[in-house]
Amino acid sequence: MKVRVLVSLKPGVLDPQGRAVHHALEGLGFSGVESARIGRTIDLDVADDTTDEALTEMCEKLLANTVIENYRIEKLD
Amino acid sequence: MAFRAAVVTFPGSNCDRDMAVAIEQVSGSAPIRVWHGDAQLPDGLDFIALPGGFSYGDYLRSGAMAANSPIMREIVRAAERGVPVLGVCNGFQVLTEARLLPGALMRNAGQTFICRNVGLKVENTQSIFTSGYDAGQEISIPVAHHDGNFFADNDTLDRIEGDGRVAFRYMENCNGSQRDIAGVLNAAGNVLGMMPHPERAVDAAHGGTDGLALFESAIRSLADA
Repeated sequence: MKVRVLVSLKPGVLDPQGRAVHHALEGLGFSGVESARIGRTIDLDVADDTTDEALTEMCEKLLANTVIENYRIEKLD
Repeated sequence: MAFRAAVVTFPGSNCDRDMAVAIEQVSGSAPIRVWHGDAQLPDGLDFIALPGGFSYGDYLRSGAMAANSPIMREIVRAAERGVPVLGVCNGFQVLTEARLLPGALMRNAGQTFICRNVGLKVENTQSIFTSGYDAGQEISIPVAHHDGNFFADNDTLDRIEGDGRVAFRYMENCNGSQRDIAGVLNAAGNVLGMMPHPERAVDAAHGGTDGLALFESAIRSLADA
Protein backbone atom coordinates (compact mmCIF):
# COMPACT_ATOMS: atom_id res chain seq x y z
CA MET A 1 0.00 0.00 0.00
CA LYS A 2 1.33 3.40 -0.94
CA VAL A 3 0.80 6.09 1.65
CA ARG A 4 1.68 9.75 1.43
CA VAL A 5 2.29 11.75 4.60
CA LEU A 6 2.12 15.51 4.23
CA VAL A 7 3.80 17.44 7.01
CA SER A 8 3.20 21.17 7.32
CA LEU A 9 4.01 23.84 9.87
CA LYS A 10 1.13 24.68 12.17
CA PRO A 11 -0.66 27.95 11.48
CA GLY A 12 1.03 30.71 13.43
CA VAL A 13 4.46 29.08 13.41
CA LEU A 14 6.84 31.41 11.61
CA ASP A 15 8.19 29.91 8.37
CA PRO A 16 11.22 32.00 7.32
CA GLN A 17 11.88 29.77 4.31
CA GLY A 18 8.30 30.15 3.11
CA ARG A 19 8.53 33.90 3.57
CA ALA A 20 11.74 34.04 1.55
CA VAL A 21 10.08 32.03 -1.23
CA HIS A 22 7.09 34.37 -1.12
CA HIS A 23 9.36 37.39 -1.55
CA ALA A 24 11.24 35.65 -4.37
CA LEU A 25 7.96 34.99 -6.23
CA GLU A 26 7.06 38.66 -5.87
CA GLY A 27 10.55 39.54 -7.11
CA LEU A 28 9.89 37.46 -10.22
CA GLY A 29 6.84 39.58 -10.90
CA PHE A 30 4.11 37.16 -9.82
CA SER A 31 1.46 39.30 -8.24
CA GLY A 32 -1.35 38.14 -6.00
CA VAL A 33 0.65 35.56 -4.05
CA GLU A 34 -0.62 36.00 -0.50
CA SER A 35 1.85 33.69 1.23
CA ALA A 36 4.01 30.59 0.84
CA ARG A 37 4.48 27.87 3.44
CA ILE A 38 6.96 25.04 3.00
CA GLY A 39 6.18 21.51 4.11
CA ARG A 40 7.45 18.01 3.50
CA THR A 41 6.12 14.95 1.70
CA ILE A 42 7.03 11.46 2.85
CA ASP A 43 5.96 8.58 0.60
CA LEU A 44 5.74 5.23 2.34
CA ASP A 45 5.30 1.78 0.87
CA VAL A 46 3.79 -0.27 3.66
CA ALA A 47 2.21 -3.70 4.09
CA ASP A 48 -1.43 -3.76 3.01
CA ASP A 49 -2.59 -4.71 6.49
CA THR A 50 -0.94 -1.67 8.11
CA THR A 51 -3.55 -0.13 10.37
CA ASP A 52 -4.55 3.52 10.52
CA GLU A 53 -3.47 3.48 14.15
CA ALA A 54 0.03 2.35 13.15
CA LEU A 55 0.27 5.09 10.51
CA THR A 56 -0.85 7.69 13.03
CA GLU A 57 1.74 6.41 15.51
CA MET A 58 4.48 6.70 12.86
CA CYS A 59 3.54 10.33 12.35
CA GLU A 60 3.27 11.14 16.05
CA LYS A 61 6.51 9.41 17.03
CA LEU A 62 8.79 10.37 14.18
CA LEU A 63 7.52 11.78 10.91
CA ALA A 64 6.10 15.00 12.36
CA ASN A 65 7.07 17.04 15.39
CA THR A 66 3.62 17.87 16.71
CA VAL A 67 4.97 20.79 18.72
CA ILE A 68 5.34 22.72 15.47
CA GLU A 69 3.87 20.56 12.69
CA ASN A 70 0.57 19.13 11.51
CA TYR A 71 0.37 16.03 9.36
CA ARG A 72 -2.11 14.47 6.96
CA ILE A 73 -2.11 10.84 5.87
CA GLU A 74 -3.29 10.02 2.33
CA LYS A 75 -3.66 6.50 0.98
CA LEU A 76 -2.67 6.54 -2.67
CA ASP A 77 -4.06 3.17 -3.78
CA MET B 1 34.82 10.64 44.79
CA ALA B 2 35.43 10.69 41.08
CA PHE B 3 32.86 12.46 38.94
CA ARG B 4 31.36 9.77 36.72
CA ALA B 5 30.14 11.38 33.51
CA ALA B 6 29.20 10.04 30.10
CA VAL B 7 29.41 11.82 26.75
CA VAL B 8 27.23 10.34 24.03
CA THR B 9 28.41 10.22 20.43
CA PHE B 10 25.88 9.96 17.62
CA PRO B 11 26.90 9.56 13.99
CA GLY B 12 27.55 13.17 13.03
CA SER B 13 28.31 14.49 16.51
CA ASN B 14 31.29 16.83 16.31
CA CYS B 15 31.53 18.45 19.73
CA ASP B 16 31.76 15.20 21.70
CA ARG B 17 35.51 15.47 22.18
CA ASP B 18 35.31 19.13 23.22
CA MET B 19 32.62 18.21 25.73
CA ALA B 20 34.71 15.36 27.14
CA VAL B 21 37.79 17.58 27.41
CA ALA B 22 35.81 20.30 29.22
CA ILE B 23 34.30 17.85 31.70
CA GLU B 24 37.69 16.27 32.39
CA GLN B 25 39.32 19.67 32.80
CA VAL B 26 36.80 20.74 35.42
CA SER B 27 36.17 17.42 37.20
CA GLY B 28 39.58 15.77 36.91
CA SER B 29 37.96 12.58 35.61
CA ALA B 30 37.73 11.59 31.95
CA PRO B 31 34.10 10.93 30.98
CA ILE B 32 33.04 7.55 29.64
CA ARG B 33 32.36 7.74 25.91
CA VAL B 34 29.05 6.15 24.93
CA TRP B 35 27.96 5.23 21.39
CA HIS B 36 24.44 5.90 20.11
CA GLY B 37 23.83 2.24 19.36
CA ASP B 38 24.70 1.07 22.87
CA ALA B 39 21.72 -0.55 24.51
CA GLN B 40 22.82 0.37 28.02
CA LEU B 41 24.40 3.26 29.86
CA PRO B 42 27.27 2.62 32.29
CA ASP B 43 26.09 2.15 35.89
CA GLY B 44 26.12 4.89 38.49
CA LEU B 45 26.43 7.93 36.24
CA ASP B 46 26.58 11.37 37.84
CA PHE B 47 26.14 13.32 34.62
CA ILE B 48 25.22 12.70 30.97
CA ALA B 49 26.14 15.11 28.17
CA LEU B 50 24.66 15.16 24.67
CA PRO B 51 27.08 17.11 22.48
CA GLY B 52 26.68 19.39 19.51
CA GLY B 53 26.99 18.38 15.90
CA PHE B 54 24.75 17.19 13.12
CA SER B 55 23.55 13.78 14.26
CA TYR B 56 22.34 11.66 11.34
CA GLY B 57 23.00 14.59 9.03
CA ASP B 58 20.00 16.46 10.50
CA TYR B 59 17.82 14.12 8.42
CA LEU B 60 14.07 14.74 8.78
CA ARG B 61 14.57 17.37 11.53
CA SER B 62 17.61 18.27 13.62
CA GLY B 63 17.84 15.71 16.41
CA ALA B 64 14.84 13.66 15.28
CA MET B 65 16.71 10.50 14.36
CA ALA B 66 19.06 10.63 17.35
CA ALA B 67 16.07 11.00 19.68
CA ASN B 68 14.97 7.54 18.56
CA SER B 69 18.36 5.84 18.83
CA PRO B 70 18.80 2.92 21.27
CA ILE B 71 20.83 4.87 23.84
CA MET B 72 18.15 7.56 24.09
CA ARG B 73 15.67 5.12 25.62
CA GLU B 74 18.19 4.63 28.43
CA ILE B 75 18.86 8.35 28.72
CA VAL B 76 15.14 9.08 29.06
CA ARG B 77 14.97 6.54 31.89
CA ALA B 78 18.09 8.00 33.55
CA ALA B 79 16.64 11.51 33.29
CA GLU B 80 13.42 10.30 34.89
CA ARG B 81 15.50 8.89 37.77
CA GLY B 82 17.01 12.34 38.25
CA VAL B 83 20.44 11.92 36.63
CA PRO B 84 21.62 15.36 35.40
CA VAL B 85 21.48 15.56 31.59
CA LEU B 86 23.02 18.45 29.63
CA GLY B 87 22.25 18.86 25.93
CA VAL B 88 24.20 21.48 23.99
CA CYS B 89 23.22 22.65 20.51
CA ASN B 90 22.36 19.43 18.65
CA GLY B 91 22.08 17.84 22.10
CA PHE B 92 19.35 20.41 22.93
CA GLN B 93 17.58 19.55 19.68
CA VAL B 94 17.75 15.85 20.58
CA LEU B 95 16.30 16.52 24.06
CA THR B 96 13.32 18.41 22.62
CA GLU B 97 12.72 15.72 20.00
CA ALA B 98 12.87 13.11 22.78
CA ARG B 99 10.30 15.23 24.68
CA LEU B 100 12.55 15.55 27.69
CA LEU B 101 12.34 19.31 27.16
CA PRO B 102 9.47 21.45 25.84
CA GLY B 103 9.41 23.27 22.53
CA ALA B 104 11.32 22.78 19.31
CA LEU B 105 14.38 24.31 17.62
CA MET B 106 13.53 25.71 14.21
CA ARG B 107 15.56 27.23 11.40
CA ASN B 108 17.16 30.54 12.47
CA ALA B 109 14.85 33.42 11.64
CA GLY B 110 17.60 35.03 9.54
CA GLN B 111 18.10 31.77 7.59
CA THR B 112 21.86 31.87 8.09
CA PHE B 113 24.23 29.69 10.10
CA ILE B 114 25.49 31.75 13.05
CA CYS B 115 28.96 31.11 14.49
CA ARG B 116 30.16 33.70 17.00
CA ASN B 117 30.11 34.68 20.64
CA VAL B 118 26.80 35.90 22.03
CA GLY B 119 25.92 37.60 25.28
CA LEU B 120 23.67 35.64 27.62
CA LYS B 121 21.92 36.61 30.81
CA VAL B 122 21.77 33.95 33.52
CA GLU B 123 18.10 33.85 34.50
CA ASN B 124 18.04 30.97 36.99
CA THR B 125 20.85 30.49 39.49
CA GLN B 126 19.09 27.82 41.56
CA SER B 127 19.60 24.90 39.18
CA ILE B 128 22.30 22.25 39.48
CA PHE B 129 23.79 23.63 36.24
CA THR B 130 23.71 27.34 37.05
CA SER B 131 24.21 27.71 40.81
CA GLY B 132 27.78 28.90 40.23
CA TYR B 133 26.62 32.02 38.38
CA ASP B 134 25.35 35.21 39.98
CA ALA B 135 21.71 36.20 39.47
CA GLY B 136 21.43 38.27 36.31
CA GLN B 137 25.09 37.69 35.46
CA GLU B 138 25.98 38.52 31.87
CA ILE B 139 28.25 36.01 30.17
CA SER B 140 29.67 35.45 26.71
CA ILE B 141 29.42 31.98 25.17
CA PRO B 142 29.89 30.87 21.53
CA VAL B 143 26.97 29.73 19.38
CA ALA B 144 27.32 27.74 16.16
CA HIS B 145 24.00 26.65 14.70
CA HIS B 146 21.52 26.87 11.87
CA ASP B 147 18.49 25.56 13.78
CA GLY B 148 18.49 27.38 17.10
CA ASN B 149 15.23 29.28 16.90
CA PHE B 150 13.40 28.14 20.04
CA PHE B 151 9.66 27.82 19.54
CA ALA B 152 6.89 26.82 21.90
CA ASP B 153 3.24 27.89 22.11
CA ASN B 154 2.39 30.79 24.41
CA ASP B 155 0.91 28.60 27.14
CA THR B 156 4.10 26.55 27.29
CA LEU B 157 6.25 29.69 27.28
CA ASP B 158 4.19 31.20 30.13
CA ARG B 159 4.52 27.98 32.09
CA ILE B 160 8.27 27.58 31.72
CA GLU B 161 8.85 31.25 32.53
CA GLY B 162 6.47 31.09 35.50
CA ASP B 163 8.27 28.04 36.86
CA GLY B 164 11.69 29.67 36.50
CA ARG B 165 12.77 27.13 33.92
CA VAL B 166 14.51 29.60 31.61
CA ALA B 167 18.19 29.10 32.46
CA PHE B 168 19.68 31.56 29.96
CA ARG B 169 18.35 34.29 27.68
CA TYR B 170 20.08 35.92 24.72
CA MET B 171 20.95 39.53 25.41
CA GLU B 172 20.79 39.98 21.67
CA ASN B 173 18.35 37.60 19.99
CA CYS B 174 20.53 36.11 17.25
CA ASN B 175 18.15 33.46 15.91
CA GLY B 176 14.55 34.52 16.48
CA SER B 177 14.00 32.43 19.62
CA GLN B 178 10.71 33.07 21.40
CA ARG B 179 11.23 35.37 24.40
CA ASP B 180 15.01 35.29 23.82
CA ILE B 181 15.25 31.81 25.35
CA ALA B 182 18.72 30.27 24.95
CA GLY B 183 18.53 27.50 27.54
CA VAL B 184 15.63 25.74 29.24
CA LEU B 185 15.27 23.28 32.13
CA ASN B 186 12.81 20.42 32.56
CA ALA B 187 10.22 20.55 35.34
CA ALA B 188 12.40 18.56 37.73
CA GLY B 189 15.43 20.75 37.00
CA ASN B 190 17.82 17.91 36.16
CA VAL B 191 17.74 18.31 32.36
CA LEU B 192 19.15 21.42 30.68
CA GLY B 193 19.18 22.15 26.96
CA MET B 194 20.98 25.17 25.54
CA MET B 195 22.08 26.28 22.08
CA PRO B 196 25.28 28.10 23.17
CA HIS B 197 28.37 25.97 23.77
CA PRO B 198 29.71 26.24 27.35
CA GLU B 199 32.33 23.59 26.56
CA ARG B 200 33.88 26.04 24.09
CA ALA B 201 34.47 28.61 26.84
CA VAL B 202 36.48 26.81 29.52
CA ASP B 203 40.01 27.98 28.74
CA ALA B 204 41.51 31.42 28.26
CA ALA B 205 42.81 30.17 24.91
CA HIS B 206 39.15 29.73 23.84
CA GLY B 207 38.72 33.47 24.21
CA GLY B 208 36.73 33.19 27.42
CA THR B 209 35.98 31.01 30.42
CA ASP B 210 32.33 31.84 31.10
CA GLY B 211 31.34 28.21 30.52
CA LEU B 212 33.41 26.92 33.44
CA ALA B 213 30.83 27.78 36.10
CA LEU B 214 28.26 25.53 34.44
CA PHE B 215 30.40 22.42 34.80
CA GLU B 216 31.62 23.50 38.23
CA SER B 217 28.01 23.93 39.36
CA ALA B 218 27.09 20.41 38.27
CA ILE B 219 30.11 18.90 40.00
CA ARG B 220 29.55 20.89 43.18
CA SER B 221 25.86 19.98 43.38
CA LEU B 222 26.84 16.32 43.18
CA ALA B 223 29.42 16.75 45.96
CA ASP B 224 26.83 18.56 48.12
CA ALA B 225 24.14 15.95 47.52
